[in-house]
Amino acid sequence: MDLTLSESELAFQAEARAWLAAHVPAEPLPSMDTPEGWARHQEWEATLAEARWSVVSWPEAYHGREASLVEWVVFEEEYYRAGAPGRVSQNGIFLLAPILFDHGTPEQQDRFLPTMATGERIWAQCWSEPEAGSDLASLRSTARRDDERGGWVLDGQKTWSSRASYAHWGFGLFRSDPEAQRHAGLTYFLFPLDADGVTVRPIAQLDGEPGFAEVFFEDVFVPDADVLGGVGAGWNVAMSTAGNERGLSLRSPGRFCAAADRLVDLYRDSPEGPDRDAAARGVVDAWLGAQAYRLYTWGTVTRLAGGGDMGAAGSVNKVFWSELDIALHETGLGLLGSSAEEESAWLDGYTFALSGPIYAGTNEVQRNIVAERILGLPREPKPHPGGGR
Amino acid sequence: MRFELTEDQRDLASTLEGLLSASDTVAVARAWADDDTAPGLALWKRLADLGVTMLATDASPVEVVIAFEALGRHAVPGPWVESAAYLPVALGREITGVATVTVPPGAEGLDADVADEAYLALGGDLFEAVHGDRIVSVDRTRRLFESTPTDPVAHHDLDAAFDLAVLATSAQLLGAGERVLADAVTYVKQRKQFGREIGSYQAIKHALADVRIALDFARPLVLGAALGEVPASAAKVQAGDAAYLASRTGLQVHGAIGYTAEFDLSLWITKVRALLTAWGTPAFHRARLLEALVGRDD
Repeated sequence: MDLTLSESELAFQAEARAWLAAHVPAEPLPSMDTPEGWARHQEWEATLAEARWSVVSWPEAYHGREASLVEWVVFEEEYYRAGAPGRVSQNGIFLLAPILFDHGTPEQQDRFLPTMATGERIWAQCWSEPEAGSDLASLRSTARRDDERGGWVLDGQKTWSSRASYAHWGFGLFRSDPEAQRHAGLTYFLFPLDADGVTVRPIAQLDGEPGFAEVFFEDVFVPDADVLGGVGAGWNVAMSTAGNERGLSLRSPGRFCAAADRLVDLYRDSPEGPDRDAAARGVVDAWLGAQAYRLYTWGTVTRLAGGGDMGAAGSVNKVFWSELDIALHETGLGLLGSSAEEESAWLDGYTFALSGPIYAGTNEVQRNIVAERILGLPREPKPHPGGGR
Repeated sequence: MRFELTEDQRDLASTLEGLLSASDTVAVARAWADDDTAPGLALWKRLADLGVTMLATDASPVEVVIAFEALGRHAVPGPWVESAAYLPVALGREITGVATVTVPPGAEGLDADVADEAYLALGGDLFEAVHGDRIVSVDRTRRLFESTPTDPVAHHDLDAAFDLAVLATSAQLLGAGERVLADAVTYVKQRKQFGREIGSYQAIKHALADVRIALDFARPLVLGAALGEVPASAAKVQAGDAAYLASRTGLQVHGAIGYTAEFDLSLWITKVRALLTAWGTPAFHRARLLEALVGRDD
């Protein structure tokens, strides 16, 4: 049991802190879901990459520092403490990149990782379909073999694709074997969102900005070189993304620790009265939740460093942080009293937090995973086709 | 950076687990509740021989946490927090035999009639104490007595003693919560209604998943408090909430059988309720945390 950082980890922390203090924009950037905000966030990614802070855990050849898992957590903590901008490249660097490292060919790694690290090419995740949300394996978009051109032809529709309104490339699952059932016969594809036959229709989110989009595919040709992880292997490849998304990488503890500290500040500066009194418990619980999440993460890091894997613990994690995020921001709005409805960073944070229990697999799906894979409870019997039991 | 138990610590946990699993602690607890304290005192001696009463003075708070989680998991009765956490720090020595202490905001002496030494803390001082009338606790294995101070005694840091007692109680709550969850999971895999195991219904699954999640995020705060990363109050609030959720959910998924005194689940449900407010209520500890947070300068 030892929660202290080593000398080299402390040096890494100090370097990150100093750089962030000197470079983080003084004013928050406009929303990344607006044209101006998008451009500013892309510039920020370039600034990070220039100093090799955009993808600290990656190999040096791809703009990284080969940082350890401990250093990655330390960096994230410093990043959020410094109030640095949200990561517009998040879907690429946190969700796609681990798959590229594990399943991509060296050619794919060389072609895709450098521009991902610099933020020059932003990636969107294309998973859900109108009829395939929580039941992702029922997806219907197809990939048809085209031997003549040496590739595949995509058809169908994806939806709720985060960042797709402005992003350059997408990654997603398509049914490449129409005969295969559900999880079998799916293939993972990478494709430019300006390819012939791709239509992107932005969808405004609760805050009015087009943070996600529908993506339509009509005879879209994708060469074999852009199949990731083998034909028919898409489900397993995608599930390794899901583990990343739910687990460590998507929501680092630094984000919640920084938000809890801001909540304590807000409480301290709030006028005495019923709103402040009512918020007291929420302030303590938000801080406790953030500390619990921080320490829990160190436990996970220790386990992973020892060769263990996340397993279904990513689902435990996801339910916890998504509910913590909402409760924390609800308490913040409570402290703002009757001005809570007015535009503010707390309101933005709250609106964003509301999506947490829905994306990356709804919390209902996560609770099923916790119950079945961790507690060992029996699966629900499948209903017979045609209804009834 | 290594946030997991060492091999020695895991050995301690499994030694205790082995001893307590083989000691029919449910029968010991039930006898204790009926004022038959002989089996409990015999178990006390075996645990003391194993070193449980010297952990506070001779080992680290992490070992204290390990021991108290096991005591909670097995519903071991007796003034353990008093004898193996508070008093060793308050008196600066290991307790040989059984001792109890009354510490505000609490007002009772736990199991004072079997204690070789009894104390009462008041206004920053420590006194010897005599016990009076019996008070009935929701947890029948917690035999409470009115307590009156007599002569003052020399003492060490009483705040540090209180914090270790709070930490030990948190660990007991964690162990009790884990036990209730484990028993509830076993039960819902066996019990069938409407033609299938009730554990296959989402209403049951999601409730138990929430207990798993709550306990998983209480444990790091209990261990973190043992390492001085967070105050003991943080451990008490989170472990208390998680164990209480476990007890409410555990009772609900058992249905009427869980509501009986005869069914062993009752030992943990009543214990969790008692420990929730022992050594500082959740509101007391939240207020303490808030004060520390708001007073902070960074």
